[in-house]
Amino acid sequence: MATNSIKIRAQLKDGVTTVKALMTHPMETGARKDKDGSMIPAHFIQEVSCEAAGKNVLTAYWSGGVSKNPYLSFKYSGANKGDVLKLSWTDNKGESATAEAEVS
Amino acid sequence: MMNRKRRMLLQGSLTAGAIGVAVGAGLLTPGSVLAAWPEKAFKAKEMPEMLQELMGANVVEASDGINIKAPDIAENGAVVPVTVTTDIAGAQSIALIAVNNPAPLVASYDLGEGTEGFVSTRIKMGKSGDVVAVVNAGGKLYSAKKEVKVTIGGCGG
Repeated sequence: MATNSIKIRAQLKDGVTTVKALMTHPMETGARKDKDGSMIPAHFIQEVSCEAAGKNVLTAYWSGGVSKNPYLSFKYSGANKGDVLKLSWTDNKGESATAEAEVS
Repeated sequence: MMNRKRRMLLQGSLTAGAIGVAVGAGLLTPGSVLAAWPEKAFKAKEMPEMLQELMGANVVEASDGINIKAPDIAENGAVVPVTVTTDIAGAQSIALIAVNNPAPLVASYDLGEGTEGFVSTRIKMGKSGDVVAVVNAGGKLYSAKKEVKVTIGGCGG
């Protein structure tokens, strides 16, 4: 997967860091058919994990019910400016991607 | 002798090929990578079974400490923005369920230490129905729901 498949931003305000991330992924449920009527195999992100300064802050488990090119936002406290936030996902085919952002 | 070995080799590679195809088609998932993914919960059709698998309990208490922000009417069921906020103390995980979807459990979030009771995602909805958020706080489950009317379903072609 291309390294630019994740867009991530982490902003600190009043002690709380808001993380917003956009991932590029087809998120196929496996229940859809193509034009010829054959099934499109499932292809979706199953796990997204976020680490802030080496500590796990969020783990998301997803099904194909999450929209294509998924958006994820969450908040956590205890971060400092310049901390590194790491987000990585793994899909049902074993593909994965990782991105990092600095808290600003 | 030579011939037999060649035969075996051919058979061997055929089998390997078939497994490769099966993995590619998603019939076999590479288990080691996805050890933590709660497959049974995602396949469950009924809430009690799903929550038992996911959170180890199935008694749910309605709570007004959970707020679901989602549109009343979603024009496009393929992209329904949903935000869940909770002020329940000790919230450990949040599950997002679209009751009328073929696979109702859409997402589950495990919150780390210091992570606020807030998650926002965009989900697909096959047809109108309730979006339910279940919050697990110390083994006790709390839930809230919000009805979303879908104009165009998001699971078709």
